[in-house]
Amino acid sequence: MTRHLPALALLAALAALPFALGHNPYLLNALITTGIVTIAAMSLNLLLGFTGQLSLGHIAFFGIGAYVSALTSLGFDVELLWGLRIVHEPWPPVVGFGLAVLATAGCGYLVGRLSFRVRGAYFVIVTISFAEVVRLVALNWVELTQGPLALTGIPPFSLGLPGLGSVTLRTKMQNYYLVLVVGTLCYALIALLVRSRFGRAMRGLKENESLALSVGINATRTLTLAAVISAAMAGAAGSLYAHYLRIIDPDVFLFSTTVTMVIMVVGGGKGTLLGPVVGGLIFGLLPVALRPVMVPEAQWMVFGVVLIVIQFVMPRGIVPGLARLATRRHAPGGAPARMPAEARP
Amino acid sequence: MTEFLQHLLNTLVLGGTYALLGIGLTLIFGIMNVVNFTHGALYTVGAYVMYLAVTALGLGFFAALPTAILGGLLLGAILDLVLLRPLRGADMDTTMLVMIGAGIVLQSGTLWLFGGVAKSIPTPFPDAPLQLGPVSVSWLRLFVLGAALALIGLNYWLINRTRLGLAMRATFQDHDTASLMGVNVRLIYTATFAIGSSLAAAAGALLGPVYVVFPQMGGMAELKAFAIVILGGLGNITGAAIGGFILALAEELGAGYISSGYRDAMGFLIIIAVLIFKPTGLFAKAERIG
Repeated sequence: MTRHLPALALLAALAALPFALGHNPYLLNALITTGIVTIAAMSLNLLLGFTGQLSLGHIAFFGIGAYVSALTSLGFDVELLWGLRIVHEPWPPVVGFGLAVLATAGCGYLVGRLSFRVRGAYFVIVTISFAEVVRLVALNWVELTQGPLALTGIPPFSLGLPGLGSVTLRTKMQNYYLVLVVGTLCYALIALLVRSRFGRAMRGLKENESLALSVGINATRTLTLAAVISAAMAGAAGSLYAHYLRIIDPDVFLFSTTVTMVIMVVGGGKGTLLGPVVGGLIFGLLPVALRPVMVPEAQWMVFGVVLIVIQFVMPRGIVPGLARLATRRHAPGGAPARMPAEARP
Repeated sequence: MTEFLQHLLNTLVLGGTYALLGIGLTLIFGIMNVVNFTHGALYTVGAYVMYLAVTALGLGFFAALPTAILGGLLLGAILDLVLLRPLRGADMDTTMLVMIGAGIVLQSGTLWLFGGVAKSIPTPFPDAPLQLGPVSVSWLRLFVLGAALALIGLNYWLINRTRLGLAMRATFQDHDTASLMGVNVRLIYTATFAIGSSLAAAAGALLGPVYVVFPQMGGMAELKAFAIVILGGLGNITGAAIGGFILALAEELGAGYISSGYRDAMGFLIIIAVLIFKPTGLFAKAERIG
């Protein structure tokens, strides 16, 4: 249990944070969007950190999740080719959430099957292109997505509590705790996965592929499964985003959000459980801190410089750096203590 | 039929600049094993140097083009010396992330300096297009095609006929052996990155006057360059040249006969098709990359 002590402490602090902030709506909003992007960053870490495959189109899964969830709860009426017409009556947002997870899992499977035949640079390029095409579809299929006019009036989540009736999550406070709960579940799921047989297979492939193959690990199947889970989690984050903001347009597919996620993962510590969370909080809230002093373009330049500097100064990220400091302090003078399992590269 | 001929003509014009973009990217990947995420930003920089040279410096259109190419060459050399040289031997992910960072800095720097409003570059060419039987082409586009073909030719001469090119090809095949034969590999890397960058800048400077110049123009160009390079096979220069024309053809026909909104999606469809049917690219020797 001590292994998860830092995570539990962070969870307790995050649960208490809104009270410490005195319900400041601006900061609460920043925290909610940061939390949502952090969930997406955690899903990216599953691929980038644990399998070593850099998905630069992760925003596609996020955006597809947002659109699927929004369209499920809004309903639509489109005409496909050959006069085939599909009319969909609105369903509850919770069903949209479920469908978003399923749809993005399917997309993760497709992208994985397609690009893991040839990996490395190919996977990076396929994922970027995939995101760009999805954005073009969202922009051009106006009948379904309203194109640049945006989907508006997306209903907020309603949760049916047994014996208490249902609650509609309208306030920022409620949404904050929803994001915190979903984020915690995703964290726990990744923690379980990484310690499972599947997690060891992923790490084996990353460390030494030919050795992993020689002991019977199916590379394509393992990587594809990682892509499916990662995509589904990003889709869940997208669904949260749609029902929190209640308006989405094709800009949810912007490449810059993927870059933000990558900075969160790489800065916090890729291949660690806590890294994306710590990185997510730091780089999600950094724009809030920078806003009074510089224009957004300059903020982005800071992000770019940070990404470069991290690679030179702290290539493993913040969390492994801190972990190493901590273990060094506990073992004074002696050989460096063994690092916690998840902090190893 | 006339419409089809017109599409073919447009393909030639567009394909020339796409080939430049692709050759630059594939050169850098082939020789240095770096996925250059500043390629789009360099394309943008080339267009803005062209714009500045024509409007602020008053250099004239034909002197502005070499200025833009020189600007790309210089910026490429600086990027290599400052960022890539210290990271030589690092894994591909590290250099990729550093290049993404540099790309962001360049792109948001351009946005900061010039603002988001699109600029157009004035040209000395007459507005009336040249009529070639049933089809027509503007003088500007004709010049763009000529300049692109000249630059592709120059590049071929450089790689196949000069000592620098010989050293580059040797480094491409085996950098350790090349180094043992007295090739200054560090210098070759810098030269390669600078030349690749100058080709991206040239493409931007050529297409800038055809369309408009804006800070985000490089994003889509970079994506297209990736598609071209995958199509031709990573590291294959002839493949990239042909790939540029194939992508241009796919875009022209896609926009003309399917839907203009999906013009930019053609590159992705090509990537999918290539990965399904011939993952090493259309023109690759039988070797697996990745």
